[in-house]
Amino acid sequence: MSLFGTGALGRVVRSGVGRRRVQSAVIAVATMMAVASAVVAGALVVASNAPFDHAFAEQHGAHLTAQFDPAGVSTAQLESTGRLDGVTASAGPYPSTTVSPVDPGGGHLPRLSLVGRSGPHGAVDDLDVTSGRWAARPGEVVLSASFSGPALGIGSALRVSDAADSPTLTVVGFAVSAGESADAWATPEQVRTLAAADGPATVQMLYRFASAGTAGQIAADRRALAAAVPSGSLLGTTSYLDTKRAADRGAAPTIPFLTAFGVLGIVMSVIIVSSVISGAVGTSLRRIGILKAIGFTPGEVVRAYVAQALIPAGAGIALGVVLGNLLALPLLEDTGRAYGGASLTVAWWVDVLVPAVALLVVGIAALVPALRAGRLRTVEAIAVGRAPRTGRGQWAHRAAGRLPLPRPVTYGLAAPFAHPVRAAAMLLAVAFGTVAATFAVGLTSSLNAVGGASDPEERAAVTAVSGGPTVNGVPEPGAPAAGGAVEHRTPGPGGSSPRPPSADPAKVRAAIEAQPGTASYYGMSHADVTVAGISGPVRATLYQGDSRPGGYEMISGHWLTGAGQVVVPTHLLETTGTRIGDTIRVTLGRDSESLRIVGEAFDTSNDGLSVHAELADFAAAEPQVFQIEVKPGVSPAGYARQLAAVVQPLGADVMANSPSPKENMILLLDAIAALLTLMLVCVAGLGVLNSVVLDTRERVHDLGVCKALGMSPRQTLALVLSSVAGIGVLGGLVGVPVGTALHGFVLPVMGRAADTRLPPSVLDVYDAPRLVLLGLAGVLIAVLGALLPSGWAARARTATALRTE
Amino acid sequence: MTHVIELSGAAKRYGSAGAPALGPLDLGVAQGEALAVIGPSGSGKSTLLNLVAGLDRPTEGTVTVAGQRIDRLSEHALARFRREQIGMVFQFFNLLDDLTVADNIQLPAQLTGTARRRAAARAGELMEVLGITRHARAYPGRLSGGERQRVAVARALVNRPALLLADEPTGALDTASGHDVRQLLVDLHRGGQTLVLVTHDLALAEACASRTIQLVDGRLAVDTRAETVR
Repeated sequence: MSLFGTGALGRVVRSGVGRRRVQSAVIAVATMMAVASAVVAGALVVASNAPFDHAFAEQHGAHLTAQFDPAGVSTAQLESTGRLDGVTASAGPYPSTTVSPVDPGGGHLPRLSLVGRSGPHGAVDDLDVTSGRWAARPGEVVLSASFSGPALGIGSALRVSDAADSPTLTVVGFAVSAGESADAWATPEQVRTLAAADGPATVQMLYRFASAGTAGQIAADRRALAAAVPSGSLLGTTSYLDTKRAADRGAAPTIPFLTAFGVLGIVMSVIIVSSVISGAVGTSLRRIGILKAIGFTPGEVVRAYVAQALIPAGAGIALGVVLGNLLALPLLEDTGRAYGGASLTVAWWVDVLVPAVALLVVGIAALVPALRAGRLRTVEAIAVGRAPRTGRGQWAHRAAGRLPLPRPVTYGLAAPFAHPVRAAAMLLAVAFGTVAATFAVGLTSSLNAVGGASDPEERAAVTAVSGGPTVNGVPEPGAPAAGGAVEHRTPGPGGSSPRPPSADPAKVRAAIEAQPGTASYYGMSHADVTVAGISGPVRATLYQGDSRPGGYEMISGHWLTGAGQVVVPTHLLETTGTRIGDTIRVTLGRDSESLRIVGEAFDTSNDGLSVHAELADFAAAEPQVFQIEVKPGVSPAGYARQLAAVVQPLGADVMANSPSPKENMILLLDAIAALLTLMLVCVAGLGVLNSVVLDTRERVHDLGVCKALGMSPRQTLALVLSSVAGIGVLGGLVGVPVGTALHGFVLPVMGRAADTRLPPSVLDVYDAPRLVLLGLAGVLIAVLGALLPSGWAARARTATALRTE
Repeated sequence: MTHVIELSGAAKRYGSAGAPALGPLDLGVAQGEALAVIGPSGSGKSTLLNLVAGLDRPTEGTVTVAGQRIDRLSEHALARFRREQIGMVFQFFNLLDDLTVADNIQLPAQLTGTARRRAAARAGELMEVLGITRHARAYPGRLSGGERQRVAVARALVNRPALLLADEPTGALDTASGHDVRQLLVDLHRGGQTLVLVTHDLALAEACASRTIQLVDGRLAVDTRAETVR
């Protein structure tokens, strides 16, 4: 007794799979691609769902990171805090300090919190070393993975400070702390040595609590902690809720995008697998009739045909799970990095659920036509393929025959109407493929537009820094640079980023005006201001001169054109309940001004709480930075050198700007969009391939007749390709508007998740030529899918084809 | 005498080992001749027809039809040769069920690039001659076997081929229809059409052919010429 009930049945199944090698291969490959894309999409959707929570739970992240004064509390007292009521786990005490390291290029990193830990693991904050190794001896440091980049890698030597005798730390690894307990780690001895020599010496303790779900609970936990140690010895604490809020805000925009692709992938997979399987069974009716004629029961026939579909599909599903995991892992690693969390893995249940659902879909898709075949009267089944076909599609042939096109083309154009269900499945496959391509092209363009719209001041060719505490390009202490990495700037003369300069802005401005090669410039200053209706400081960027070259993309209204005006992001409008035309009160130091909102800017920096105004409105403010455009043909680097020679003696500095690299998240989303689109287009192409293989098999005799009548291989190729061209055009016509509509729906949702509306430059990314090209994508998918079987049809031997029943 | 068909040492083997399915065979068929090929199943009749039609290539020897060495033509050239020089009639008609009778008949003409109007006119002419005009807009599935074979003959003749090949043209027909088709072939031959007829039906061969050859195990066993065709 074989797997399929009787030896004869087993042989029928095996021979069926072996005899239809092409179809079995198509089933296996189509299923594999469909399952792989579903695994990738599913894994990414799961990963983007609360990535911080997953990474935090995995690492047993600290609910509260506390800094203590070692002079005020003993180690024993600190250790006893781990046994307080409500504390479920603790780690530490770890010596800690802060350093302001200088990278190998002389650039300043932001001020880093450095913690001494002998290893990455612990009951709390179990760190994930993403590359390299842990610091084993003095002189070594492990950095937060957010600092990893082209400018800073393993082996890079960091001077601890600007001081000439500053010790050097070699980067030996990068690690991720989901709760962001520190920026860097070294051995405890190393940290103690550095703290004793230069920095503030503190001690870090990490805690997990039984109740830590809300800010109120965390505050209560903190109070209990403070009460347990000598007064004044608890210097400060950081709640994981703040880190979580920031992380969730970063991850939120990706969720609609991944969900859209995930749904596309899953729906397409179901359609393709169903049509492939049901088509395969449906074309075997004559063989089924013969089996019944020689004594197979309807039940055996059903089992045989379901098994014939399940064998290649099962192989495809298994391979698809492996392929999906292989493709998902690097993306998940990047996703984890982009979310600032630990590297992620494919959720186990995705690897179980996707193949289970795929098997179910395959089973149902095979069962329906197999049951029909099982019920079919033997005589009818045998007659399939012998009796003349009547009815379906004949009107289409009549209509197509009137078209002023070569006969093979008109014959091909009408062919899909003979199998409306199969043609509909093919149309859906092409349309979904076109939707995916259209959405992906739009999304990539939009993301690139977002990248181009962010940090507009960095568009300037040259930056002259006149001075002040918070100047562009020199982050505030403790604040990481954009993307968490070191600023990528071309240093001016002197070869290194200088100490924050201090020069008379008027003199610097005069030098810029006098410098040959200056095309235009504007002054800029960053400051913290207060805005009526918002608690806490708000970041203000104040401009002097014609700031339009550095202006943000406008969502509505216009950029600054004079004093008394302010431009704000969406989030600030929503927070203050204001609209364009309203007035807000902005206070800088003792200057308090009522400014009229003239524009809504696409500015997501500082959580969308920032204002842009004229420097002239605030008497005490001075420009700290001048952004300069050079005349055509003038080298920014050469200009910077010449200007620096003039302004450095004044205490200012100059740097030529290199183009900013794309943000990690944009690169990641671009990569995911490209991969998922490629997979979905492949799945669509396979769907077409399968349908055309079925059609070609069914029509092989007719094709043989045509060839016997004198149809050349080229005409045969034209016939088969024409049979999908119409579907390709229709798929393109359906897919492009649906893809653009999906883009129009998802992008604003992504924007809303980031608390901003989006400007037209981000939303309106489809122009007419691009839409036409995307429409042709449908034809391309269809033609590529049909190319292989059309080649077979063209090469098929006429005599053999004529003998085919 | 001009030979429309000239086989010289033509043989066809399937696989490298064993005896050839046909030949080596030397055979010439003259213009206007009606050749009947008879013989038992597996004797090589269909193989011979396939070689002459350019549907298959000989493994040895040469095949020349209408002055062209077709055994060394490319697939594209063979297709052109077939559509211009050969008309084929099959046992099971091999009509395209999706196309109307008129469209089926016009198809070979349209493949040669003949203008639609001219192709339609020629098809109309043939339907008139063959008595199937009333079925012009019908689909093959609705016709009787004899009518279908008439459509197949019309289709075979639409490009005025030098050679009409018929493979068991009455094999799938009832007696009355078979008789009709037989008479049709006789008429065609009388009109000067060169004809090669593969059949088991000795009566058909006797009625239509001016010459009969018998193949046995791929070799020419008998070659007889009739005094006249009845």
